[in-house]
Amino acid sequence: MSSTTIASAFDEADLVAKAKAGDADAFTDLVNQYERRVFRMAKQITQNDEDAEDVLQETFLKAYSHLDDFQGNSKFYTWLVRIAVNEALMKLRKRRSDKTVPLDEPIDTGEDVVAREVAVWEDNPEQRYSREEMANILDEAVQSLKPAYRTVFVLRDIEEMSIEETAEALDLSISAVKSRLLRARLQLREKLTRQFKRKGDDALAYL
Amino acid sequence: MTLLLTCKRFLHELNDYLDDLLDPQLKEELRKHVDECPNCWVICDTTQKTLTVYKGMEAQAVPADIQSRLMEAVRRKIADKCGSSGSCHGEHPEPSGHEVK
Ligand SMILES: [Zn+2]
Repeated sequence: MSSTTIASAFDEADLVAKAKAGDADAFTDLVNQYERRVFRMAKQITQNDEDAEDVLQETFLKAYSHLDDFQGNSKFYTWLVRIAVNEALMKLRKRRSDKTVPLDEPIDTGEDVVAREVAVWEDNPEQRYSREEMANILDEAVQSLKPAYRTVFVLRDIEEMSIEETAEALDLSISAVKSRLLRARLQLREKLTRQFKRKGDDALAYL
Repeated sequence: MTLLLTCKRFLHELNDYLDDLLDPQLKEELRKHVDECPNCWVICDTTQKTLTVYKGMEAQAVPADIQSRLMEAVRRKIADKCGSSGSCHGEHPEPSGHEVK
């Protein structure tokens, strides 16, 4: 599985301490450790390869410049994610400045939570698709969410940050995070259900 | 007394139910509802599976060209910092912050 296992296999605190003391190789190791996840997150939020590359670079360059500000109160990766989120949101806002919903607009009012598509999934859908197909299906579903939902879902459920960390990184209230997260999860569930539902089943069979 | 739990209520509490953030009494009530309501059971099960597939998704390697530009930018940055502190030679005079890729 992801990050946490890898992260514990190498000594993050030790590398961070060395990097802070000016050890360039230690910093490079940290970059190599986290570049995949930073890039993935940047792509998921910005939905744009060019922007994602900028975010990737700026995140690590800023991290390097501000290493002294990292006090070790959180995990290094959490700190890194916050830099990356800010960069990604700036890109997103720039691109979207003249259209649709800004990220901080209250969008939850009047929109009820619903679950339309109710069907059990086939067993182990991940075995029916290649790793790449699966990744595409999951990516496409995330991309289809509104930015306000998408960012919350990416941080909380893909990057596995806590509700509090997500709220802090996005400058949202806890309740806003929770309500967006619920909608994001339900919408994704719905989309994936269309993809993964057991053949021959339909909603009524389970009512 | 037991609250009358509707499916709607269940949906609203679904996240905290899945993340195990509810107080034990409400959690137990919801669990009962899930047991008795096939609809909510399916929603709960498929939402859980949704989270599981996303958590199991590995981040793909950064494309080689992007990766090499990143490393180049990082190397320049490190050289700059060394340069400004006088300890080693920095090739790029522009101030830190925004790198051109
Ligand atoms: Zn129900």
